[in-house]
Amino acid sequence: MKPNRKDISLICGVLLAAALCWLISFGKGLGSYGEGVLQITVDGEVFGTYSLSKDRIIAIEGTNICQIKDQKVKMTKADCPDQLCIHQWTITREGGVIVCLPNQVVLEIISADAPDTIAY
Amino acid sequence: MRKTAYLGLFSAAAILFGYVESLFPVFLGIPGIKLGLANLVTVFLLYQFSWKEAALVSLVRIFVTGFLFGNLFSILFSLAGAAFSLAVMVFLKKKGDFSPGGVSVAGGVAHNVGQILVAVFAVENINLFYYLPFLLIAGLAAGFLMGILAGEVLKRINRKDFL
Repeated sequence: MKPNRKDISLICGVLLAAALCWLISFGKGLGSYGEGVLQITVDGEVFGTYSLSKDRIIAIEGTNICQIKDQKVKMTKADCPDQLCIHQWTITREGGVIVCLPNQVVLEIISADAPDTIAY
Repeated sequence: MRKTAYLGLFSAAAILFGYVESLFPVFLGIPGIKLGLANLVTVFLLYQFSWKEAALVSLVRIFVTGFLFGNLFSILFSLAGAAFSLAVMVFLKKKGDFSPGGVSVAGGVAHNVGQILVAVFAVENINLFYYLPFLLIAGLAAGFLMGILAGEVLKRINRKDFL
C-alpha cells in the first residue's frame, strides 16, 4: 500500500489539529506545575477539593479509592471490571485528569486560585 | 450460506483480536490508546463486502467481547467509537480518492474522537479534552499501522477466492 496525495493531506490535517488542540490547552495554562489542588467530581457534582501537599487516601462513594502521595494523584481502587483508571499514570500537573467512566468519577487537578474552590 | 459461514469466521477473528488487546489495557498511561486490531477486520470487510457486513461483524464482536470481558458501559462505549469510526470510513471510501490506509487512519482518529465526546457527556466534564491531542496522534498512528496491514491483506485475499 502506498499512501497517495489525499492520504498525506489527511495525515497532515490530523497532525495540525492535534498541534492546535495542544496549543490551546497550553495557552490555557494547563500542563503547568503550580499550586494545583485535586478536585473530585461524581456525576458532574463536586465531591471534594483536596490539597496536593498532604498525603492521604480518599474513599469516593464506596466505588473508588484514590491516593495523594508526594504531590501525585492516583486511582488505587475501582469496582468496575475494566480497571482502566487504575492503569492510568499518576497526575501531578494542572489539567491532568483521571476518569472512571463506569462510576462517573473524575479526578482532576485544577488551579488553586480558581474562584469556585474556596467553598469546598 | 457460504457468506454467513465466512462472516462467522471473521467475527471470530475480530473477537480474538479484541481479546488479545484487552490483555494490554492501557498504552502509555492514557486511556483509549490502543492498536485497534479489530479494525483490521472492519477495513477488510468494508473493501471486500460492504458497510453492512462490516457493521454486522463489528456489532457481533462488541457484544461478545462486552459480555465476556466488559460490562454494559463498555459495550455502549465501544459501540459509540465503532459507529463513529465506521461512518467516517464509509463516507471517505465513497468519496473515493483515499487508499485503504487513509480510510483506516480516518477511522482510527474518528473512533477516538467519538469516544472522547461520549466520555465528556457521560461525566459532564469538558476538561477531558485535555487528552484530545494525545488521542488524535494515537488514532493516527494506530490507524496508519492497521491501514498498512489491511492493505497487505487486501492484496492477498479476495472474496472471490472463498465465495
